[in-house]
Amino acid sequence: MAAVAVAVATSPGWPEVRRAFFAGERFRDSLPDIAAAFLLNVRIFLIAEAVILVTALLVAVLRSLSGPVFFPLRALAVGYADLFRGVPTILVIYLLGFGVPALDISGLPRSPLVWGVVALVLVYTAYVSEVYRAGIESVHPSQEAAARSLGLTRFQALRHVVLPQAVRRVVPPLLNDFIGLQKDTALVALIGPVEAFRQSQIEVAATFNFTPYLVTALLFILLTIPMARLTDWLVVRDRRRQLAGRAA
Amino acid sequence: MRKLHLLLVALLAALAVLAVGCGSGDEEGTPAATGGTATEASDACAKESLDTKSSGRLTIGTDNPAFPPWFDGGAPKGSTWKLNDPSTGKGFESAVAYAVADELGFSKDAVDWQVVPFDQSFRPGPKDFDFDINQISYSDERAQAVDFSDSYYDVNQALVALESNSFANATSIADLHDAKLGAPIGTTSYKYIVDSIEPGPKPSVYNTLNDAISAVKAQQIDGVVVDLPTAFYVTAAQLENSKIVGQFASAGEQEHFGMVFEKGSALVDCVNAALGRLKDSGRLAEIQQEWLSDKASAPVLE
Repeated sequence: MAAVAVAVATSPGWPEVRRAFFAGERFRDSLPDIAAAFLLNVRIFLIAEAVILVTALLVAVLRSLSGPVFFPLRALAVGYADLFRGVPTILVIYLLGFGVPALDISGLPRSPLVWGVVALVLVYTAYVSEVYRAGIESVHPSQEAAARSLGLTRFQALRHVVLPQAVRRVVPPLLNDFIGLQKDTALVALIGPVEAFRQSQIEVAATFNFTPYLVTALLFILLTIPMARLTDWLVVRDRRRQLAGRAA
Repeated sequence: MRKLHLLLVALLAALAVLAVGCGSGDEEGTPAATGGTATEASDACAKESLDTKSSGRLTIGTDNPAFPPWFDGGAPKGSTWKLNDPSTGKGFESAVAYAVADELGFSKDAVDWQVVPFDQSFRPGPKDFDFDINQISYSDERAQAVDFSDSYYDVNQALVALESNSFANATSIADLHDAKLGAPIGTTSYKYIVDSIEPGPKPSVYNTLNDAISAVKAQQIDGVVVDLPTAFYVTAAQLENSKIVGQFASAGEQEHFGMVFEKGSALVDCVNAALGRLKDSGRLAEIQQEWLSDKASAPVLE
């Protein structure tokens, strides 16, 4: 690492790069506007994540229902996950953000923000449902068998025995997708709203200095690192509870 | 033995990194075109002595799609150019570009066109084109990153809105106080909204003009700010049931379009001389009359 740092700092283009990417004055000037715009990103991902965690669980559960009578639901879940993981998020945002309001159906909201959030929810639900499904399938079938043999219905077994274990297992990948969602909130800027990345783009376009991008990157990192540590701590605490009584 | 092995690998890695870091960058100074007497200057502008990207040919950049009335003549099926192929010579900017090329000594078939996205054209750094002509307004910030030719067209911004919109009948900038406007990123249109119109609602920003127009169509914004001639095309061909609410007077110095060159390009003086000749001979006015004559009248919003 030190060797890389030395190599960079002594390279001939370094003063220019420093001026273009690390200009202190530009950093200070652009920070207030970008931080204010960042609140929009935060609002978007908080709302979206709350919805995604619920809808994705629904899709995953639908997919795990066994038996021929549930085939249409299973097929729906599979088709949904395939479709929205397959289509690029940008396309979904454009189609919903510009396309739906242009249909002029009365009663539907026009706001690009609303449709941007809907698009993100649709896409991320597909990804997160697969994460939940992996969690559900990783719980040993003996757990469900034991629950059924105690007299619990299939639904009760799912709710009280399988899902609590399944969700706890997939907390790290869930956080992964949540972090990905935080970055993808920037895509909402494509249909108009000025969020942190767009605000930094505006600053960069005005002065041709790239330091505002650094401001945005820093804000995202400041958000991600505490969340990652919190999740790690939750996982460790949960393991300790599960293994209580056994020698650590 | 294992420690020695690790040490060797680490040493090799450090050496490799240092070798890269100490590699000398190619810092050859490009010889600057020095001004001289009039005869020297005109010799410096002779076709053979022009330092173009491709010797003997002129490479001109513009964005894709190339919109009317700046470019015209359509594009053949399967062409990379959507809407219009600049090499037809039709359309105001295409005609001006070929007129300048002709003055410099480049015939029509010695001109190559290149797709250059609008907001890439005036970023600092080396360019792949000799100059770019794409409704790029001169601004002091941009002039620090690239070189501009003299004006080939004085331009005003204008507001386009749907006829059904509540701001469609605005008669002054004050009427637009509560309007939610939009413009593409990095444009003087956006700057005009923020600096001169100063509406209450924060303006929406889009990657391209087409996105902004989609937003007007979806009634997510009240109107989009574009230069006046483009506004005529937008209301005529792109946005149904829309109108030009009015045009805005330039804030401060008259806004004008200039051709964009790499910073320090030796071609700027020659192109300016060519432009000067076109203005003096009346050719520029002719081209303007041919392509833009009916695109200049709209009420002024003050």
